[in-house]
Amino acid sequence: MTIAPGPEQTQTDLVTVVVDDISVRVPKGTLVIRVAEQMGVEIPRFCDHPLLDAVAACRMCLIEIDGNPKPQPACAITVTDGMKVKTQRTSPVAEKAQEGVMEFLLLNHPLDCPICDKGGECPLQNQAMTAGRGESRFEGKKRTFPKPINISAQILLDRERCVSCARCTRFADQIAGDPMLELLERGAQQQVGVADDAPFDSYFSGNTIQICPVGALTSSLYRFRSRPFDLVSTPTTCEHCASGCSLRTDVRRGEITRRLAWDDPEVNEEWNCDKGRFAFKYTHDGRVKTPLIREDGELRPASWPEALDAAARGLAAAGDRVGVLTGGRLTREDAYSYAKFARIVLGTDDIDFRSRPASDEEAQFLAAAVAGRLLGPTYADLDAADNVVMVGLEPEDESPIIMLRLRRAARKAGTRVWGVSPVNTRGLAKVDGTWVPCRAGDEAALLRSALQSGDSPADGSAEAAAVQITRALSTPGAVLLIGERLASVPGALSAAWALAERTGARVGWVPRRAGERGALDAGALAGLLPGGRPLTDPTARAEVARVWGVEPDQLPRYAGRAGSGAIVESASALVLAGIEPDDDPDRSAILAALGSETFVVSIETHHSAVTELADVILPVAVDAERAGSYTDWEGRVRPFGAAITGVSTVTDSRVLAMLADTMDRSIGRGDIGELRSELAALGNWTGSRAAAPDAIPETRVSDGLRLASWRLLLDLGRLQDGEPHLAATARATEALMSPATAAAYGLTDGALVTVTAVGTGSRPRGSVCVALRLDDVAHDTVWLPMNSPGCSVLVDLQSVPGESVLISLEASA
Amino acid sequence: MPLTPVITEHWDQPDLYTRAGYERTGGYQALRKALATEPDAIINLVKETGLRGRGGAGFPTGLKWSFVPQGDDKPHYLVVNADESEPGACKDVPIMIANPHALVEGVIISSYAIRASHAFIYIRGEVPEAIRRMALAVREAKEAGYLGHNILGSGFDLDVVVHSGAGAYICGEETALLDSLEGYRGQPRLKPPFPAVAGLYSAPTVVNNVETITNIPWIINNGVDWFRQFGTEKSPGFKVFAVSGHVKRPGIYEAPLGITMRELLDFAGGMRDGSEVKFWVPGGSSVPMLTADHLDLPLTYEAMVEAGTMLGTGTPMMFDQTVSVVKAVTRWLEFYKHESCGKCTPCREGTYWITGVLKTFEEGKGNDPDLDLLNELCGQIMGRSFCALGDAAATPYPAAVSLFRDEFLMATHTPVDTSFDPALSYAFSEVAAR
Repeated sequence: MTIAPGPEQTQTDLVTVVVDDISVRVPKGTLVIRVAEQMGVEIPRFCDHPLLDAVAACRMCLIEIDGNPKPQPACAITVTDGMKVKTQRTSPVAEKAQEGVMEFLLLNHPLDCPICDKGGECPLQNQAMTAGRGESRFEGKKRTFPKPINISAQILLDRERCVSCARCTRFADQIAGDPMLELLERGAQQQVGVADDAPFDSYFSGNTIQICPVGALTSSLYRFRSRPFDLVSTPTTCEHCASGCSLRTDVRRGEITRRLAWDDPEVNEEWNCDKGRFAFKYTHDGRVKTPLIREDGELRPASWPEALDAAARGLAAAGDRVGVLTGGRLTREDAYSYAKFARIVLGTDDIDFRSRPASDEEAQFLAAAVAGRLLGPTYADLDAADNVVMVGLEPEDESPIIMLRLRRAARKAGTRVWGVSPVNTRGLAKVDGTWVPCRAGDEAALLRSALQSGDSPADGSAEAAAVQITRALSTPGAVLLIGERLASVPGALSAAWALAERTGARVGWVPRRAGERGALDAGALAGLLPGGRPLTDPTARAEVARVWGVEPDQLPRYAGRAGSGAIVESASALVLAGIEPDDDPDRSAILAALGSETFVVSIETHHSAVTELADVILPVAVDAERAGSYTDWEGRVRPFGAAITGVSTVTDSRVLAMLADTMDRSIGRGDIGELRSELAALGNWTGSRAAAPDAIPETRVSDGLRLASWRLLLDLGRLQDGEPHLAATARATEALMSPATAAAYGLTDGALVTVTAVGTGSRPRGSVCVALRLDDVAHDTVWLPMNSPGCSVLVDLQSVPGESVLISLEASA
Repeated sequence: MPLTPVITEHWDQPDLYTRAGYERTGGYQALRKALATEPDAIINLVKETGLRGRGGAGFPTGLKWSFVPQGDDKPHYLVVNADESEPGACKDVPIMIANPHALVEGVIISSYAIRASHAFIYIRGEVPEAIRRMALAVREAKEAGYLGHNILGSGFDLDVVVHSGAGAYICGEETALLDSLEGYRGQPRLKPPFPAVAGLYSAPTVVNNVETITNIPWIINNGVDWFRQFGTEKSPGFKVFAVSGHVKRPGIYEAPLGITMRELLDFAGGMRDGSEVKFWVPGGSSVPMLTADHLDLPLTYEAMVEAGTMLGTGTPMMFDQTVSVVKAVTRWLEFYKHESCGKCTPCREGTYWITGVLKTFEEGKGNDPDLDLLNELCGQIMGRSFCALGDAAATPYPAAVSLFRDEFLMATHTPVDTSFDPALSYAFSEVAAR
């Protein structure tokens, strides 16, 4: 780990210290252990971790400081001017002290390295070699524990291996804000543990395995599966959300064996969430292996030429009445290929990447405010901001690294966080956030009232919250984070953008899926060409046509349809990629199209509800099998390499290139180098943009109980398939209500309740039955998880957040 | 040198523990005098007396108080360390049982001096008598207007909380005590910041021993010159010595610092019949042992350091020739092993290892070379552990083996219970008879 001086450390703060007789100038306040690192002297350590508060417990890093009678822990001593430090390289006292501590550490350590997962990449093993003595002089009986114990469904603890460095407990407490891990007992019996009724079900639990300097913590998933030296490692980017985590993917015999958080100080630091770490079984299970074509109602395997030919014929027959729907799994490069394929092969602009609740207002907002914009606001901007306001976003569930960064910003930089949300969540408490209660659907009204608020002092009235938000957003560096959920609240995005313009705050649009921002920038949305170029702008058309090698008038003349429903209804042929109908409020329209005369080409990794009904299925690679990139919520491009090599799967881009060739039009070869150079050549649009939307919040007539919902981090998402241990750490499926609202409905905590959708028009009413928990929730609101076991809002209720629902006590309860 | 009962003067009065009893002896007069004095003047007064902490380390009390930043708009706290757990130490508990109001009065004056409006008395949980009496004393003081709002019309507010520990030696370490008081697991904190800057709830905090604070009322009443007439230049004042072991009259003897062990031993009636001093520790098991050769040394902080030991808690434990030094050291190490908090490696693992090796000697199965190994292990703990508990654990053995190496060598072939009949070493014959 290298330490770069932060921007706040100016040259004037330098002090001179002498380490091992070498004089260096370093920023005041630097820890001795870091100074030594910068000089290339590695002082052995266990408890020290650059991102955790110092604890100086393991005593491994003892060094000598002139004028100090005792050896001092380098991890906890900050340098002062003129300090003379002697490490183990020049001080026999330090060397002896370190050797002594190492001998003590190995006393009760089982030395079961040959069967330990950590063996081969173990700091204890390594440092025992560099700082330990050859043989132990201990002849007594080692302390043992029954092994292992589950501290969660996923994490196992072998207590006898633990060296009590407290990295895991400090991580849980300081970084994740889930202080469920604690050291128990004392002396040699000291051990890490959890309370009987509170397993370590943290969304970030896997990080403790990675920072454990011994093999005390292991995962159910990886335990005894491999040796580190049998793994082939590739730097990758997480595909599970838009946080953009840098990961390392380890592959053995062509299968992913584990994934680790990789070090990227700008983005995920050294952390990731458990979904990113443990949910990768999907890359192997349930895959579509060969092209399939439907014949007499039945799917049958086909050769690539045959399948491509069938797809080409079906698409050609539909003329320009073809729609393209892409899902969140697509890389930036693939989304670009779909954008290009739709425009110059299919001749359509009916394309949309948002297979989720979406709106035209959102499309307009994205075109005006997000597509093809430069980087920012960034994670670092969250640190620097005085205030961060979140609307329609629950980062712990929807973009966990944002939560971690906000927590750090709140703890270390004094950033104040505001959460405009129907629920005062655990995640908001972790960032020390101020809850601004807001019923789902009322965000637009609240933002608009903030927009119109004067500078009158807050007086506790209903407008007080609006004034507070306006003030917070007017402070230096303020950031407004808005979640994709706001798309289903008419007027919310319009008001948010206007409010940002008025206050000078920067807007961060946080989609949930990894591929959304990249798809937007690549032009996989009606009316938008790559780089945020308006389709109808002549200059933009010319720029794109030049790179694509076509004439501008070969591009669609008018902006096409956006939104799955509109596209599906008007199309006689569809290209679907990465679509899960159950994620889409237009689910019934999509399923109806699939079951009708509409010709459907499904370009897909896995068997799904789409592949069951499509006419031609073309299998493609998952991201672990190919190189690509995602664009995270900041707008930062996150490239990755192929972790699994030597497989025959092809990318979406390659399939589209072959399909284009089959249709006698070319979009190029579809290889990664070509796509990236085209994207680089296109760059971002610098011309004028479409106006931001100016939608008015709808006036709510019927009210009563309103539904609030979002997706929990761990739920029924397809990419979490096949990982039961991970699923077992998910939060319970339960409904949340405020005590007052529950009382008004005659409901009590723990009651089994039925939540029923208020059906409109032809939509049938659906219901779910879940346990009720009373919590800090906005009035007349019931919160449900969007897609958890036993409760799918889009499928079971066919509702979106903000709609009215009914609640009753479950009859059988 | 005669005994000088000051703190212990009226301990023969059965109702001294009540407010009425304490006031009859002049109690709470110092408080009135103190409240009419500037707080800084009290700090200076205590500085001038040279009073040193009676908890073991002997840090100058007035100096500690002066480290508390004043005018910092933060709450200040006084925490009384009444977690007396040192093997052999039994002086704070008797003070709290016999004269709890003297401590309360000292707490009020000390809090006034450092501008604390909350004070805590953290008492070892195993002594319910002391806890009950302190709680009663605090209640009585509050009823009398010595605590609470606007004490005696001075405008000074103070609340005192009597808190019971849960049985951990480490909680006598001041920062572990603070963690425990805050509701966390008692483990020492990283210093700096020191408690005077960021202690209880990260606010400036003074942590003082029971006996130290109990000195304060008498200092206020009688002044610097009176206090300094006792003791030596570097160890002024008087001390509540608790003498235990093979003496005829074990108990509390209050005498000026500088009294010799031989004199104290005389007050305690000498060693029991037919016995002589084999070894002794001046202040708990955490200080190196001495022998009969050291009985004439003055019991002062400086003289004890010069002799290679420490005054510690000032609670001498006397052992006669019936005691196996191997067994005594092993018992002590077992205590430290049991009480090691587990935070740092040298103390956690070192006490585990040393105890195991010492047990082999106790069983008569020791190995000759292990004597040097044990010395080396103690050296690897001393000065390398997180807090003084590790240092304390590394203390008994090196002194013992340098004074009684032959006895350890004997334990390489003969179990210590064979060499030293345990029955003979019981301090009370009725115990031996059982």
